[in-house]
Amino acid sequence: MSLRRFIAVRVAATVPILFGVSVLTFALVHLTPGDPIDQMVALNPQISAAEEAAIRARYGLDGPVWQQYLTWMGNVLQGDLGTVISVDQPVLPYIMARLPETIALGLFGWAIALLIAIPAGIYAAVNKDTLGDDLSRVFALSGISLPNFWLGLMLILVFALWLDLWPVLAPDKPLLSADMLWYLVLPGVTIGTASSATLMRVMRSSMAEELNKEYVTAARAKGLPERTVVLKHVLRNSLISVTTIAAFLTASIFAGAVVVEQVFAWPGLGRAFVGAIVGREVDLIMAITLFTGVTIILANLLADIMYAVLDPRIRYD
Amino acid sequence: MALLEVEDLTVKFYTEEGVVTAVDGLSFHIERGETFGVVGESGAGKSVTALSVLRLIEEPGRIESGTVRFDGEDLLSMSESDVRDVRGNDIAMIFQDAQTALNPVYTVGEQIAEAVRHHLDYDDTAARKRAIRLLDDVGIPEPAARYDDYPHEFSGGMQQRVVIAMALSCDPDLLIADEPTTALDVTIEAKILDRLEHLAEEYDTAIQLITHDLGVIAEMCDRVMVMYAGRAVEKATVEELYYDPKHPYTVGLMSAIPRIGDEQDRLQTIPGTMPDLVEVPSGCSFHPRCPFAEEVCTRKQPALVDPDTGDAVGLSDRAAACLAYTGDLDSELDYEVEVTGRDAPPSEPQSNSRIHAPDAEQHRADSDPLPADSDPVGSDTDLLDQDDPDEDTGGQQDG
Repeated sequence: MSLRRFIAVRVAATVPILFGVSVLTFALVHLTPGDPIDQMVALNPQISAAEEAAIRARYGLDGPVWQQYLTWMGNVLQGDLGTVISVDQPVLPYIMARLPETIALGLFGWAIALLIAIPAGIYAAVNKDTLGDDLSRVFALSGISLPNFWLGLMLILVFALWLDLWPVLAPDKPLLSADMLWYLVLPGVTIGTASSATLMRVMRSSMAEELNKEYVTAARAKGLPERTVVLKHVLRNSLISVTTIAAFLTASIFAGAVVVEQVFAWPGLGRAFVGAIVGREVDLIMAITLFTGVTIILANLLADIMYAVLDPRIRYD
Repeated sequence: MALLEVEDLTVKFYTEEGVVTAVDGLSFHIERGETFGVVGESGAGKSVTALSVLRLIEEPGRIESGTVRFDGEDLLSMSESDVRDVRGNDIAMIFQDAQTALNPVYTVGEQIAEAVRHHLDYDDTAARKRAIRLLDDVGIPEPAARYDDYPHEFSGGMQQRVVIAMALSCDPDLLIADEPTTALDVTIEAKILDRLEHLAEEYDTAIQLITHDLGVIAEMCDRVMVMYAGRAVEKATVEELYYDPKHPYTVGLMSAIPRIGDEQDRLQTIPGTMPDLVEVPSGCSFHPRCPFAEEVCTRKQPALVDPDTGDAVGLSDRAAACLAYTGDLDSELDYEVEVTGRDAPPSEPQSNSRIHAPDAEQHRADSDPLPADSDPVGSDTDLLDQDDPDEDTGGQQDG
């Protein structure tokens, strides 16, 4: 009951956050000059000034910015996210068509990050100051330092062009198929590397700290095997701080998707977002930004619920 | 053969500040079923000794030499997995601070039951039943309901009981209790000690009781070892230690106990602090704080000897490590043990004997630790009579 209340409160708290995000994004978009109609007119010089004004009015792009914002907000509250002007298609189906691609990529990147980070972090903490720990440190430093667009290009160069293990472009197949899992590997690794490096360092330091606590000596004094001591007693305590960082990294996973989808020509939201910015598609930019905001808020909510599962001392009442 | 025989144990810590010899050539033994006290100030090496017995010393610490024979087998030369079979099963440990010794994310019941499942091969239900019985044994009300509670849902005293239950879970032969009640308030301390004593008797468990509290020693122990700077300075039965302490450090500890009715304004203390173990003073490591120290004490390290004869002793004999007993000192140790209350029950001698040692204040008056060449005993005219300590004992025993 108390947990349910906690979730309700947190969900309600997303409303002011989303409002703030929408105001900021709307303002930023309008700080840059030009809109889709300007481009349309530039490409079709025969459009008269009267026609241009009519088109603007139709898409709600006339009037002062605050008025445009209110119009947009009014429409959103009625469930109308606006139009992608260049293709004259409503925003919602446009996003929905691309969303699964990005979710698949994001989750895969996530899984790769966790699969590398947690075992490597445990290994580094248990074997502190050994060669393995140093190697993991080098990996972490490179992982954080490599820009993901460069890493993506290098992976394509090595694994697609030289080794010919993957096609340069993923074929157009239904997303939910075993084949597609294979094509997810390169972009997934690209997106997950930086996050796994960060997570691994957090995992290592958190675990190293827990390993010094007295309950660990007490568990050893019970005669439990070292594996049980580490994987049962220490791991669960260490995961508490990892959860926080993992939730934070959701944002960087999405930021990664924007770049990586571009590099791998992945037909997801990230690529649509870049297109939307280039084409000044206000409605699309707003919708994707808000969607990202909701995702990050949900990830943090999930982290809060995870705390309560991992640590019995945390109660939301 | 004693249950536990520790011989010549040396443990060093390789820190950045230098090598710390936390335990230096320590030998002692514990008989089956007896309660053996280890007393000393913080940093004397008591806890390191305890962890060494279970081979739980961690980096940068290392057991340099010695043997730890448990039931005749040397724990220090066993394989890691054989030692694990001993830990928690034959030798169990009670930690000082229950709050940190319990894992916050598992239920108290699980933390007791896991050792039972591991060592005794109980299945889940049987282990749970045993854990509930143990919780009941250590005096936790409604043990079945509290099995599933987490440590933070228990008070400090209850947590300590859980830690005791955890240690008793596999019916060990030896229980190492490292300051088991230091973190608790006095009324709860008495209850816990009482329970511990009772359970040790019931389960026929020997206890190595580590403490800095001489009252606890008097209450619980059969024999005592006094430690200072990683070495044993005196070994005795509890009666001998209280009625007839032989080492100046023991004397200092005894006279530092305040007593009801004392009219002193200040607590008597031993001047100075335990030395930095990176640079232990030369000779007898206690000499900078010892009111009886002479020049020879700065040069010669005293061995543990029989205080009556000055001869080397075996593992089990009464012993003290002071040059006074090997004839190296010019003067005698002049302190007097005064026993009040004639029919004092031996279980509580600390309330009946008092010790007059040269007052610490006098030596602190001019300086801090003693300069190596000064002669504190030379100016002792105002101190108590220089009596042979043995005579005091005689008087006390007759009385």
